[in-house]
Amino acid sequence: MSFYDKLTEYKSIDIENFLEGVTDEAVLRAINKERLTDFDFLTLLSDKADKHLEAMAVRSKQLTLQHFGKVIFLYTPMYLANYCVNQCTYCGFNVTNRITRKKLTMEEVEREAQTIASTGLRHILILTGESRPQTPVSYIKECVEVLSNHFRSIAIEVYPLEAEEYAELIEAGVDGLTIYQEVYNEEIYRDIHLKGPKTNYRYRLDAPERACKAAMRSVNIGALLGLDDWRSEAFFTGLHADYLQTKYLDTEISVSLPRMRPHVGQFQPKCNVSDRNMVQAMLALRLFMPRAGITVSTRERAEFRDNLIGLGVTKMSAGTTTEVGGHTRDEKSEGQFDISDGRSVEEMKQVIYKKGYQPVFKDWQAI
Amino acid sequence: MQDKLIIGGKEITNRLFLGTGKFPSNRLIPDVIKKSGSQVVTVALRRIDFDSEEENMLNYIPKDCILMPNTSGARNAEEAVRIARLAKAAGCGNWVKIEVVSDNKYLLPDNYETIKATEILVKEGFVVLPYMSPDLMAAKRLRDVGAAAVMPLGAPIGTNKGLKTRELVKILIDEIDLPIVVDAGLGKPSEAAEAMELGAAAVLVNTAIATAGDPVMMAEAFDLAVKSGRKAFISGTGAIKEYAEASSPLTGFLNG
Repeated sequence: MSFYDKLTEYKSIDIENFLEGVTDEAVLRAINKERLTDFDFLTLLSDKADKHLEAMAVRSKQLTLQHFGKVIFLYTPMYLANYCVNQCTYCGFNVTNRITRKKLTMEEVEREAQTIASTGLRHILILTGESRPQTPVSYIKECVEVLSNHFRSIAIEVYPLEAEEYAELIEAGVDGLTIYQEVYNEEIYRDIHLKGPKTNYRYRLDAPERACKAAMRSVNIGALLGLDDWRSEAFFTGLHADYLQTKYLDTEISVSLPRMRPHVGQFQPKCNVSDRNMVQAMLALRLFMPRAGITVSTRERAEFRDNLIGLGVTKMSAGTTTEVGGHTRDEKSEGQFDISDGRSVEEMKQVIYKKGYQPVFKDWQAI
Repeated sequence: MQDKLIIGGKEITNRLFLGTGKFPSNRLIPDVIKKSGSQVVTVALRRIDFDSEEENMLNYIPKDCILMPNTSGARNAEEAVRIARLAKAAGCGNWVKIEVVSDNKYLLPDNYETIKATEILVKEGFVVLPYMSPDLMAAKRLRDVGAAAVMPLGAPIGTNKGLKTRELVKILIDEIDLPIVVDAGLGKPSEAAEAMELGAAAVLVNTAIATAGDPVMMAEAFDLAVKSGRKAFISGTGAIKEYAEASSPLTGFLNG
C-alpha cells in the first residue's frame, strides 16, 4: 500500500460537489470535534467555512498553544547547488533557464556554515537541484559531514532518493527530509514537469514514505499552492501527512504551506491563493492534525508572517536566501525564486519575542 | 509531623516539579521557580543550546534546583540511554527523566522500552524517574529494575484534560512502594490538588503553567494547590457518603 492507492480511492469522489454542499452546521460540528475525519477536514476547506474563519482560528490557536507552547522554531535554508536536469515550468532552476550554475566547494560550505551559525541558528535545511552527476549522494554526504560541526540538526531538500540512500545520509548525520509533491493533481503534474526524472509522479509521491522506512526522524511535505485549486491541494497534503503519521508513528510528520512566488521564467500560477485562503488552509490543517508542525517560509511577506504567529504556525525560516552561496557571496546570482521576507535572524528573533513567543534555535541534536 | 519526600538520596521540600518546554521566554523561568518554590526542574536535552549564553536554558535555572534532564525525542531505549549519557557528560548531573515516545500521534510513552532504558541507566548510577502509562505490571518492573520514582501520566501530554487515569494511578499509589509523581495532562491547580489528595508524592506540570496568561501567578497557584492537596491527604479526607444518615436510623432497634 502506498499513498497513491489512497489518492486513487479519492479520485472517485467529486470533491467540488462535496465542497459546494457543505452547510454551516457541518462546519461548526467539524470545528468542535476532537478527532476530525477526512471529510470533516475537507469541510473546513470549503467556501462555507470561510465564514467561520474566526472560530477556526480560536480553536487552532488553542490547539497549537496546547501542543507546542509559546514557541516558534527557527531554521534557514542553504543552497548547495542549482544544477538541474529537470524542466519544471514554475522553477527558476529549470534546465532551460540561462542562469549561472554553481555548486559549493567544501571550503565554501564551511564558510557559509560559519556565517549562518554565527547568527545563532542551530538547524539547517540544505538544498540542491536534481542532478545526480553534479550533486550525487556522495557530495551531499560530504557537505553534511562539514555542516555537522556547526549545526545540531540537518535536514535535506534534494531530489527524491532510494530508501538506502536516505539511510546512508541519516548515518552521516541527516535527521530531517523536506520534499514537496508540488501538485497532487496528476494531470497538472504531467503538464508542468516536462522533462527529466521529476516527470515520475509516483516516485516523488513515495519519497517521503521511503524516508520514513529508513527511520528519518522528521519528514516535512507540502504542495506548491497556486499550481491547482488550493482546496483540493491542501486536502491531499493533509491526507498524505495523516497517512504517513498513522503508518510511521516514530517519524515526526510536518507540513509546509509554500505559495507560488515570482521566479526566472514565464510561468504564471494557475490559481490565485489569497492571504485569507492561505490562513484557512493552515487552520484546517491544524484542526485535522493537532500535533503536526506547520512551516511558513520567507516566501510570505513579513507582516503576514508576523500575524500567523500564534495562529498555527510552528516553524519559520529567517535570514533567508535562495541563491547558491547566498549567505556569504557578494556577487548576486539568480535565486530559485524571490523571497518576500528578507529579515535577519536577529530581527526575526525580536519580532517573535514581541509577539510573546520564544524563538527556539535548537530542538534536536545528533545522539 | 514530618512529611519528607526523598528521591535519589535528596530531600525534596516542594512537591511541584516543573517542566520548561513551552514558555514564551526563558527569562520567565527564574520568577516561575521563585514563586512556585519548585525544586525539581526538568529540561529536554534536545533544547539545551550549550553554545549560546543567551539561549541556554540552563542559565535561567537557579543552581540550588535539582536538574532533571529528560530524554524527549527518544524513540526507543537505546536512544534514551544515549541522550541520558550525553546529558550527564554535558554536566547536567545524574538525575534523568526517561521519556520514550515512539508514537507521534498521541505522544504516549512506550512502557516496554522505558523499562529497558531504566534498567541500563540505573546500573550506570543514574537516578531514574521514568515517565509511563499507568500500568501496574510495568510499574512493578520499573521498581524491580531500580527506578527512583514512577511518573504515570494523568492524561496525554499537553492535553490539559486532568486526572483521566485516576483509577489506574490510585492503584499504583496503593501498590508501588515508590514515590508516584503524576506527570502530564494536569490542566488546572484543582486537578493537581486532586492528584495530591489521592496520595501522589508530587506532580510535574509544564503546559498549564507555561501557556497561562500569567505563568508566574499560575505557578504560584499550582504550588498552593499541591500543598493543599498534600495536607488533605495527610490529614485523611472523610469518607464520601452516598446517602444522608437519618436521625432515627433503620438499624436503631438493634441498640435497644
